[in-house]
Amino acid sequence: MQILGLYNYWIFIVLMMCGFYVVMSRGNLVKKLVGLNIFQTSVFILYISMGKIIGGTAPIIVNQPDVVYSNPIPHVLILTAIVVGIATTSLGLALVVRINEAYGTIEEDEIHEQDEEESL
Amino acid sequence: MSSEAVLLLALFIPLASTVFIAANDTRPDWREGATLLASLLLLGTVLSLLPEVLAGGRPSVDLFELIPGLPLRLTVEPLGMMFAGVAALLWPLNSLYSIGYMRGNKEQHQTRFYVCFAVAIASAIGVAFSGNLLTLFVFYEALTLSTYPLVTHKGTPEAMRAGRLYLGILLGTSIGLLLLAIVWTWRIAGVLDFTPGGILAGHIEGPAIAVLLALFVFGIGKAALMPFHHWLPAAMVAPTPVSALLHAVAVVKAGVFAVMKVIVYVFGIDFLSATSASQWLMWVAALTILLASCVAMTQDNLKARLAYSTISQLGYVVLGAALATSLGVIGGSMQIAMHAMGKITLFFCAGAIYTATHKTEISQMDGLGRVMPFTFGAFLIGSLSIIGLPPLGGSWSKWYLLAGTADAGQWAMMAVLLVSSLLNVAYLLPIAARGFFAPLTHETGEVSVRETPLACIVPLCLTASGCVLLFFSADALYTLLAPIATR
Amino acid sequence: MIDHLPALQVVIPLIAAPLSALFRPGRAVWGLAMAASGLSLLIAILLLRQVLEQGVISYPMGNWPAPWGIEYRVDAANAFMLLIVSMIGTVVIAFARTVVEQRIRLPEHKQPWFYTAYLLCLTGLLGMIVTGDAFNVFVFLEISSLSSYVLISLGRDRRALTAAYQYLIMGTIGATFILIGIGLLYVMTGTLNMMDLAARIPAVSGTRTIRAAFAFLTVGVSLKLALFPLHLWLPNAYAYAPSPVTAFLAATATKVAIYVLLRFFFTIFGAEFSFNVMELDRILLPLALIGIFSASVVAIFQTNVKRMLAYSSVAQIGYMILGVSLVSVTGLTSTLSHLFNHALMKGTLFMALGCISFRIGAASLDRMAGVGRVMPWTMGAFVIGGLSLIGAPLTAGFVSKWYLILGALERGWWPVAALVLLTSLLAVIYLWRVVEVAYFKPAPERPVREAPLALLIPTWTLALANLYFGMETSLNAGVARRAAETLLGVAP
Repeated sequence: MQILGLYNYWIFIVLMMCGFYVVMSRGNLVKKLVGLNIFQTSVFILYISMGKIIGGTAPIIVNQPDVVYSNPIPHVLILTAIVVGIATTSLGLALVVRINEAYGTIEEDEIHEQDEEESL
Repeated sequence: MSSEAVLLLALFIPLASTVFIAANDTRPDWREGATLLASLLLLGTVLSLLPEVLAGGRPSVDLFELIPGLPLRLTVEPLGMMFAGVAALLWPLNSLYSIGYMRGNKEQHQTRFYVCFAVAIASAIGVAFSGNLLTLFVFYEALTLSTYPLVTHKGTPEAMRAGRLYLGILLGTSIGLLLLAIVWTWRIAGVLDFTPGGILAGHIEGPAIAVLLALFVFGIGKAALMPFHHWLPAAMVAPTPVSALLHAVAVVKAGVFAVMKVIVYVFGIDFLSATSASQWLMWVAALTILLASCVAMTQDNLKARLAYSTISQLGYVVLGAALATSLGVIGGSMQIAMHAMGKITLFFCAGAIYTATHKTEISQMDGLGRVMPFTFGAFLIGSLSIIGLPPLGGSWSKWYLLAGTADAGQWAMMAVLLVSSLLNVAYLLPIAARGFFAPLTHETGEVSVRETPLACIVPLCLTASGCVLLFFSADALYTLLAPIATR
Repeated sequence: MIDHLPALQVVIPLIAAPLSALFRPGRAVWGLAMAASGLSLLIAILLLRQVLEQGVISYPMGNWPAPWGIEYRVDAANAFMLLIVSMIGTVVIAFARTVVEQRIRLPEHKQPWFYTAYLLCLTGLLGMIVTGDAFNVFVFLEISSLSSYVLISLGRDRRALTAAYQYLIMGTIGATFILIGIGLLYVMTGTLNMMDLAARIPAVSGTRTIRAAFAFLTVGVSLKLALFPLHLWLPNAYAYAPSPVTAFLAATATKVAIYVLLRFFFTIFGAEFSFNVMELDRILLPLALIGIFSASVVAIFQTNVKRMLAYSSVAQIGYMILGVSLVSVTGLTSTLSHLFNHALMKGTLFMALGCISFRIGAASLDRMAGVGRVMPWTMGAFVIGGLSLIGAPLTAGFVSKWYLILGALERGWWPVAALVLLTSLLAVIYLWRVVEVAYFKPAPERPVREAPLALLIPTWTLALANLYFGMETSLNAGVARRAAETLLGVAP
């Protein structure tokens, strides 16, 4: 039961591994970035879910002593991380555009071939 | 002026002269004048330290801390005084000789040559006056690096190969072994100062002593102990003044001087003789003496023969140190001065012959002695001094070394010394003999030979007479050196 | 004003960054960047003095007290690091102007953006050092990383683009690992403040979560600091980036990552947990040794000198990690000292190389034939930097090597000491290849002039610093030792 009860962490792990696999296995530069995004997003889920308390509400002060709040700090933190993720993705995509302009392709092995030829 | 200031001045003069030398790139007379002036100033400065050292003074000065707790320290003690004296005495002569040689052969990059030479002398003075192991290491490395451009002076592929070997062996041994030994010493003894009686006693025991000693003596690759001697013959591609002052005096002597200093002031001869950790070193030195002499006999190139002779003669110094007796140490130290005077004469002659006739092989020198009487006369005197015949300086160092072997009861070593003297006769005397007695061959006769430029002749005559002079002043040298062997 | 120094350290370059984007291309924007980095150098010096005299400085950002707000915390270790980074930052920016004007993949009207990215990178690096908050480290890490991807991609060779892309992928993975690690720490302790973390971790250190956090952080930071075998992004990134960028990153970026590693291992987890429970030294030691050895050997076979120096950097990082794995004051002193000294020597080498490629257009070995004769000053600086890299006495490099060998001997690790010395000789080989080509091969036929003064002055500044700090070691040995004691918690 405990294993299933921690399903949020399982989702995190599965997503992370999927993203990681895509980054490592794909040769297409855009697909790599997609994988990287999935990889980062999984961490967002880790943070968001760890701040959540079952039965807790939004952390707004109301004058009731027995109200349980979710922890807002991880959520705030992950906002920062999301911004970072967006910046990374956009920069990555910009680089891919430039690479496409310079090489005429966004396939890793073809770029590699061109570099090899150039150095010969 | 206080002796501390004089000490700094001795280091400063050659370094400062580089500025003047470099600034007068286009005015050779000024440039060489600056070299000569600096060398004479240095000689005066170094000699002015002598009275105080003889009186038992040990002027010392700290410059700055290289590692917290480990300053760059200059100290004058008798051994260093002698070495610095030898280097400072021979620099003016060598400068004079260089002028004749470099102009006579129209060498390239003469300014670079004089600059590097001055830096090398400064490093040698630094080695001589180093007050602790780290300072010694610093100047030792500076000496290697400043002589590299001199070895590769010609810029030919052969010179580059020689430079690679030179740098490879000297840097390799010093960084790989010597530095390790120094850090090890620092770790166990907590000090690196050269102290009479040594600093290691009580901090290390058993086979580790022999290992540490091995790291030191092989780490000091400049001592050209076999099997780390290949750099010396290779370095002979350098112009002859370099071979003369650096590879017969400053560089190699810095090596054996460092070995001597390590044995006397770091290990301490009492400690070594009590533990007999230097027994093996004696045998290595003996082997070096004999093997190098044998190789020297097979060399036809004059400079190569002299180089192997140097290797063999350096073995005497190491042997003297390894005997770890008072007489051995004094004999070895004396050998530093005596051999320097003799060998520089021989190299001056080799260079003079090359300048006059462009001959480098001994087999081509038949009969040259008749047209170059001064050169070959000096060569004969130098040879006799190296062999160790009275009334020449070399006889005293051999004498003390023999006495040292007897003192230590090392009869095998005594035999080695005697055999080696015979070998010296066999490879040195024929050169002078051929020069004087063999008829001028067809080959040699074709060139119209005359004596070399005066700037070459004067120094070599001076050093040859120096060899004689040293025979009569050995007593003074003994008085200077005696304190190092007794606590 | 003096109380706000920790904040100003970060804020000044942070404000200057967007400001410089508003400028027209020309000297004014360079002046602004120069002023901003110069000010941060000044602040770093003041901070270091203050720390050495008065001890740790704690600064609550925005006046929010520590557990809630972000605390900036300056002790001997990070004051020392701030000095390294801001010093190199200032010298390199002085060097950058001429290169930016002529040798960068940017149309002229966009040149001010170079300074924006550069200052942002500086901000990020300084922020990572000064902050006392674990999550803040991540934020600053990303600021510096993103801007460094941009800077690398500005190289004129198109391979700079792929190198930047590759670094982006690897760097982001590393940063995300760090993020995961910090998240897991937060789950177990409920705090992000480093001091609080250090206080609370021992109570939960037996849990698997803490161990997982430790593993994620180790791998993540190791990626950023290019520890062998996670160094694959580095050679290309350094080889194709514009020369000031290479000099700056090589001298600072990996160093700051090492500092972060030290902070996490020693301050947050504590040496006891990191090295006795997790036995991290058993992993670091072999990786460092293999890294030193293999990277040095690979460097020997490079024909692109910039790439050769990049591999040499991987090897030098190995020396620093080796110092960490000794887990002693001497070992850590060697690491911290080498952080400083390596910044000086690699800065000098890459800048000298920048001068050369500025004149001859490339940094390949065969095209450098004879440059020693036509560019004597540049090659002079290169030789000084090289000697320092080898560890010749009287240069800065000697100091750290001394401590490293001493540290190895203290532990009785003879083979390690021997290997350190042996690999110094490998450095002799790869550097002397360059020296031989530069001095002994015939000079190029095209007329080549000495590099302009605007490049030579910063290069020589660092070259002379190599010599100065080889003789005046109170900073790179004395302060490094204090910093090491601080990190190990044995400070007086």
